[in-house]
Amino acid sequence: MTDFVNAFRTAFELIVGLDPELVRIVTLSLQISLAAVLAATVIALPLGAAVALLRFPGRRAVVILLNAAMGLPPVVVGLVVYLLLSRAGPLGSFGLLFTPTAMIVAQCILVMPIIAALTRQTITDLHEEYDEYLRSVGAGPLRSIGTLIRDGRFRLLTAVLAGFGRAIAEVGAVLIVGGNIQNVTRVMTTTIALETSKGNLALALGLGLILIIVATTINGLAMAVGEAAESRHG
Amino acid sequence: MAEVEGSLEPAGACPLLPLVTDGLCFTGGDRRLILDGVSFRLDDGFRTVILGPNGAGKSVLLRLCHGLLRPTAGQITWGGLSPAAAASRQGMVFQRPVLLRRSVRANIEHVLAIKGVRAGERGARVRAALERAGLARLADRPARMLSGGEQQRLSIARAWVMEPEVLLLDEPSSSLDPAATRAVEDLVREVAAGGARVIMTTHDIGQARRLADDVLFLHRGHLLEHSPASSFFAGPAHPAAARFIQGDLID
Ligand SMILES: Nc1ncnc2c1ncn2[C@@H]1O[C@H](COP(=O)(O)OP(=O)(O)O)[C@@H](O)[C@H]1O
Ligand SMILES: [Mg+2]
Repeated sequence: MTDFVNAFRTAFELIVGLDPELVRIVTLSLQISLAAVLAATVIALPLGAAVALLRFPGRRAVVILLNAAMGLPPVVVGLVVYLLLSRAGPLGSFGLLFTPTAMIVAQCILVMPIIAALTRQTITDLHEEYDEYLRSVGAGPLRSIGTLIRDGRFRLLTAVLAGFGRAIAEVGAVLIVGGNIQNVTRVMTTTIALETSKGNLALALGLGLILIIVATTINGLAMAVGEAAESRHG
Repeated sequence: MAEVEGSLEPAGACPLLPLVTDGLCFTGGDRRLILDGVSFRLDDGFRTVILGPNGAGKSVLLRLCHGLLRPTAGQITWGGLSPAAAASRQGMVFQRPVLLRRSVRANIEHVLAIKGVRAGERGARVRAALERAGLARLADRPARMLSGGEQQRLSIARAWVMEPEVLLLDEPSSSLDPAATRAVEDLVREVAAGGARVIMTTHDIGQARRLADDVLFLHRGHLLEHSPASSFFAGPAHPAAARFIQGDLID
């Protein structure tokens, strides 16, 4: 019991004292997840909008695939990215394994389907509502897509935040492709997992607290965005 | 309305008219005939009301005329043009207003931008349109937070701002209270007085009496009667229409 209390006290001291190791880990976590979500968004927004608006062969398969991929097991994503980037793999020559870039790739693959699927749903719903108006006034395809994205911007932002929430809290994929190398690829989740198993509860707890704060802030933001949109535009 | 001598007729006086339909049929998804052999001709200078009970096919007919749906069989021409070619010179007001998640002002600006009105010109036209619809003081409100009547007036203002030659309205006041209905009807009269050819649907006999110059009576996908409003309300030729305007429930 006193161990436990001590661990908590030390954890607080690490946070309040802005322990350099802790700060480095938190910063890297945020950088990696932000980059991953940014890259995922750049792919997912056009992809989701295209699947919502265009009729092409295999479209239904893409929709099913996207929805299924929302629940991809992180360790499997990690394994696949590992195989691709490992020295013997097809992308091995880039030497990316166990680098932050590999972690960004893994997280990007993990959250891209989430953002794309939510984008598709958002744009589909709005399109159903706006379609006759847009056709009636003679809006061209570009204008129509622009209108749908602009008017769906709150829900799209919520989708991006949901992606970030998943990326920052995920452990399996980044552990496999990052390797939890001190000062290089240690992020909050991997450090928590390994330090706990080594019995270093203080650092694990400190990072856990910060992770909870980050995650709840993201959720709170998403809710606030949704409510702001609702109260402003119904 | 008196016809002006040919040579004095203002240039471009509604060349979209007459609207002619011939043997118009529309089949729904389950192969049910929703419109069955609808033929009529609408000339310039009237307010036409398409009257009929719910489910008669009024909305489908209006969408066909505006080119939003394709007929299964039959022809529609607007002064010789196809509905798709004529649509850009028409305004359409839907039964349930389709308003963008933007301010009242931005809803009008959206149409102006699509129609290629220069940005510098838009402000004055937005103000004029909102003024006419009695919405000027609501310009900065989110459009979808307006009352039902205000939303429908905004839809009309948005359809009207491009000064269309024809304004199509699908039951514009079906879910409004009497005061809001009156405001919508006043606006429709103003649009018509401004020179737009008004074609609207309603299931409300009182509204048809107040607004119609001529009446198309639609029932179960059949056009049962097309007469001037005065003779239609004095005594409709078709028994179903007679029962309908007596207030009987026909279906
Ligand atoms: N786009 C459509 N495609 C197929 N069927 C439709 C469509 N719109 C309406 N219908 C059907 O056509 C029938 C007539 O509908 P509608 O024209 O809306 O009647 P009204 O406007 O006179 O109340 C209804 O049974 C409706 O379900
Ligand atoms: Mg209808």
